[in-house]
Amino acid sequence: MALPPPDPQFVLRGTSAAVHTLHFSCGGPEPDIPLLFSGSENGFIHVWNLKTHRVDTALDGHGRKSVYCVETMGAKDRLLSQGRDQRICLWDLAEGRMSLTDSVFTEHVGFCRCSLLKVAQGRWLMAMAAGNLEEVQILELPSKMSVCTLKPEVGAKLGMPMCLKLWQLNCDSQPVLLAGYEDGSVVLWNVSMGKALSQLICHQEPVMSLDFDVEKAKGISGSSEKVLSIWSLNEQQNLQVYKTHELVNAGISDITIRADKKILATAGWDHRIRIFGWKKLKPLAVLDYHTATVHCVSFSDHSNPRERLLAAGSKDQRISVWSIYAET
Amino acid sequence: VCFILGGLDCSISFVSHVLGKVCVHGRQREILGVLVPHLTDLTKSDCIWQRICWRLVECVPDRWMEAVVLGFVQGASGADVLSRLLGNLVVKNKKAQFVVTQKMLLLQYGHTTAVLQNLLGYLSLDSLRRSLLLRVLQELLETWSSSSAVKHSPVEQQLYISKAILICLSHLKETEIESCRQELLTSMMEGVKCHLDSSLPQLRRLGMVVAESISLKINTEGPVLKFEYEEDDETRELKSLLVRTPPFCVPSLPDKREKAHAALPLVPESNEKSHTAAPVMPDEELDAELDSDDDLTPYDMSEDKELKIKAPVYIRDCIEVLTGSRSEDVDKWEATVKALESLVRKNPAATREVEYVELAKILLHLEEKTCIEGFMELRQRAQVAVLSTDPIPVAKYLTSQFYSLNYSLRQRMDILDVLVLAAQELSCPKFHGKTKHSGAQKPCVQLLPGSDSSKDWRRIVDERIKSKTRRFDMGRSHVELVSRPNEFNSVAGHFFFPLIQHFDRPLTTFDLLGEDHLVLGRLVHTLAILMYLAVNTVAVTAMGKALLEFVWALRFHTDSYVRQGLLSCISSLLLSVPTERILADMAEELLETQSWLGDVMEKDPDGDCRRLALQNLLLMENLKKKLEAVP
Repeated sequence: MALPPPDPQFVLRGTSAAVHTLHFSCGGPEPDIPLLFSGSENGFIHVWNLKTHRVDTALDGHGRKSVYCVETMGAKDRLLSQGRDQRICLWDLAEGRMSLTDSVFTEHVGFCRCSLLKVAQGRWLMAMAAGNLEEVQILELPSKMSVCTLKPEVGAKLGMPMCLKLWQLNCDSQPVLLAGYEDGSVVLWNVSMGKALSQLICHQEPVMSLDFDVEKAKGISGSSEKVLSIWSLNEQQNLQVYKTHELVNAGISDITIRADKKILATAGWDHRIRIFGWKKLKPLAVLDYHTATVHCVSFSDHSNPRERLLAAGSKDQRISVWSIYAET
Repeated sequence: VCFILGGLDCSISFVSHVLGKVCVHGRQREILGVLVPHLTDLTKSDCIWQRICWRLVECVPDRWMEAVVLGFVQGASGADVLSRLLGNLVVKNKKAQFVVTQKMLLLQYGHTTAVLQNLLGYLSLDSLRRSLLLRVLQELLETWSSSSAVKHSPVEQQLYISKAILICLSHLKETEIESCRQELLTSMMEGVKCHLDSSLPQLRRLGMVVAESISLKINTEGPVLKFEYEEDDETRELKSLLVRTPPFCVPSLPDKREKAHAALPLVPESNEKSHTAAPVMPDEELDAELDSDDDLTPYDMSEDKELKIKAPVYIRDCIEVLTGSRSEDVDKWEATVKALESLVRKNPAATREVEYVELAKILLHLEEKTCIEGFMELRQRAQVAVLSTDPIPVAKYLTSQFYSLNYSLRQRMDILDVLVLAAQELSCPKFHGKTKHSGAQKPCVQLLPGSDSSKDWRRIVDERIKSKTRRFDMGRSHVELVSRPNEFNSVAGHFFFPLIQHFDRPLTTFDLLGEDHLVLGRLVHTLAILMYLAVNTVAVTAMGKALLEFVWALRFHTDSYVRQGLLSCISSLLLSVPTERILADMAEELLETQSWLGDVMEKDPDGDCRRLALQNLLLMENLKKKLEAVP
């Protein structure tokens, strides 16, 4: 007899706007407070204290335009946020400061979240959708120099890039980018050479979100239709469809694989969060708490596995935090 | 005048005379049936025989020329054969020219497509004759684009002319099209306008197909005219005429162009590198690794079902949702529209609480907010439900709106459709949810104990009805199996009389007797159906008299769709009003009607009208016989 799904461990209220993005920063040693960063539709970035469950700080840097991506760069003191005001902002939060150190003006008017990759100490690569409709630009941070621009071939009607993931197999290998596009295809780009290595049509509708497991060379993508697509990368750097999974209701906003590569979570338009086992995509749980579409899911990076959490942000302005499958 | 034939001198003119005389007496088929195949063979390679043949036809006296030429055109097996047999007869002989270019194309319309192909192919095969081809095309286009021809000539003739135009177009060369491009364009524009104005769907389609084909020919680069219509056998046949190339002929250009246009959508879109590879099947048996997922026990997911937005349960809530301006609640709006019909039907007693007229008003003005499948049908069914639940006030509202300002033609026709569907439902309660064009039978046999006798009974009754009833363009109405009070009885008048009242009063935006004859046609058909459904009601006689006057006033209308409607009104009248009442109240008017029907049957250009008139006359005969049978 299967157990009923668990309730959220706690719920964070107070953003007063739909929550579009979440990012944990809990890896620090004991005196450090575990934090959760959230970006909302009203342009605020809230820094939640996970001990007190209250907002510690609220950052206002995007001119009240919706923030749809937050990431930390290394430590919790350096924050990157991306908003609908076409800017990417870099923040310095050390010692209680809230200063905006730098910003990058992308000309992107869509919703494509940028992707960060640390390539060396203090040096990052950031992939973001550029002003030109189908292009992805790779910048180096903090220097903001453009490394390359990834342009699809003329006539390959991919549409806008919808989601990006930069990764590299190990520290010495070349960085590669996986990009999901509006026409439903996922393209693997070689960043240094600036050309596409492989393209795979995964969906009939735009790819809403994707995530990739570097060790297993397997990735998963979700779209506005009812199908989740799992694909793999073979030795020749070619993408192949591995499996598809049909959902009960159509529409996925976000997918994320947990750091231990055992489970993954999807955020659905049907207000539900679904948990699957990553190995075989076995459905494990359906978490039904929110009353509007769930925009984002994120796993925490706690060093102690038992404390691991899953957070989900939704249009109903709440962030639900769950502890699920934390024992394994 | 004679020439050498194997050393023999001979004169052909005698043979021509004989041929001509035989043909003109009507024996074309017999004599040409023998002659033509022989000549075909003989003239295949032998020039002398060709010239003999030409001489033969040329010598036929003028008064018999028509019969001979007709016979040849019909009997030849192909355009090239005809060319060999007749040579340049049409150029040399005035009578032959008249027959081929005018009579067979414009004045007659009974010939088959093959004959048309022969004729026009023949004209295109020789440079001397090509000028005739162009002239023919011009005249055909003139007829095609003349509005009076479209309005008054029979459909079959218009089909014939359209075919001829298409075949001509298929024979034209680039240079020729260039030279008459402007005229083609002008005729096309005018012709399309007249055709689209017509009330008969077949004519509209004909116009669309021909216009598309002309546009295809004159616009070789750039966008071509494209209409949306349902393809059927006729349109496909017409389109195939455009593509056919005559054998041995240079103008294979039009053909190539056809192929080029067809090939465009097949251009492959995919990138070389992309591939929708077949999924690599996860070979689960060979997976030797211990599945560590096994430790993760799934939770109970039985609650995970498809997300359904709940529709409101009360009609008042529905009204609020439909009139509310909150754009975010589109899901709720959709769910409401889908659920409305069943809600209305479930609570017939809610007349006290809810103003059905208000709901009817909302539905009449309801526009599609989101893209739901079958929105029109959902809306119509809800309207029918509303009307049948509270007929009298809602009918009053709808009929008054029919004649009000500022409604579109589509809305007025929707009102008529809703009235008819609701009337059908009220007069025959088993009719729930039957749409206008469904052909399937509604199964209500289960009410009788399921024995074979019920099916026979039904079959007998159906046949009896079939012999007396005419088919409307709606589903068949069938006899009730269980008796129930006829709910249409009390409201029939409310549906009928307001509609018939104001038809001759024009408004600024709506003139039934003027431009809006399409709506007039629909109104007349609606009245016919209402009349038919009013059988056994109390008001039927009054309705019959009013209808008869109405028909009398409009009997000479120029639109054939309207005339068809008027004739079906008469049919319904004869079927619905009890015979005694007909005789008592309407005898003289009916006699006048009978003479009018006779006129229509003989002289009306439209085939359907003639048929309907005949049917009415037969019904009248039946009535008379019934009366005589009664002692």
